[in-house]
Amino acid sequence: MAAKPVKIRGKVKDGVAKIKALMPHPMETGTRKNAEGNVIPAHYIEEVVCEHNGTVTMKAEWGPSVSKNPYLSFKVNNAKPGDTIKIGWTDNLGESSTGEITLK
Amino acid sequence: MKVQTSRRRLLQGVISLVALSSMPLKLLARAVKAFEAEELDEVYRELFGDLPVTPSDEIRLKIPDIAENGAVVPVTISTDISGVEAVYVVIDKNPNPLSASFHVGAMSPPDISLRVKMGKSSMVRALVRTEDKVYMAGKEVKVTIGGCGG
Repeated sequence: MAAKPVKIRGKVKDGVAKIKALMPHPMETGTRKNAEGNVIPAHYIEEVVCEHNGTVTMKAEWGPSVSKNPYLSFKVNNAKPGDTIKIGWTDNLGESSTGEITLK
Repeated sequence: MKVQTSRRRLLQGVISLVALSSMPLKLLARAVKAFEAEELDEVYRELFGDLPVTPSDEIRLKIPDIAENGAVVPVTISTDISGVEAVYVVIDKNPNPLSASFHVGAMSPPDISLRVKMGKSSMVRALVRTEDKVYMAGKEVKVTIGGCGG
């Protein structure tokens, strides 16, 4: 199953961009059991990287206790309309996905 | 004599070079042990070593007092502390307390929102690390339905 792209919204105000991102992902903890009583294997995003015009501005490490279909919002300094914001994740099974927007 | 000193210098140079080049790697490599830790003390030790953790009013931790659904608990952390390197979210009573970490060097001062899962009512802590200090703000959150499995 191909991972779904990261959805990003961004708004620039006074040189600071407020970024909101949604990453469709099951974020399975590895402690839940299915109807047959078998443990559902852990499957969660381990790393999230945000790039602003190609430069990494934030790197996050997550554990399985981040909610399903993670929502993340943060601010990017020195942003102006026309800048690109790229957010990508990698999970514990090696799957990855990215999303990119141009700020307005 | 002279040969010896220069050799020592060279050696020192090589050692410091190795130390320098391996430092950022060490900082950026995933803190596996911290994420696997099961006790708060262990998380602190893995993340901060011997650095003391100081409670601070300058961290704003926004989180509901009562989370009706432990699977989705919104958390917002912001601070005006300057020189922030990293922000951590720790939930004391989750099986692995460390939930998320953010290396935010280029976007300090940080203002981050995310949603986390909570197995049961617990203290939720926001930790902010600067170059040589660790600040903490915490809040007790009551969970009515757990979100860490079943």
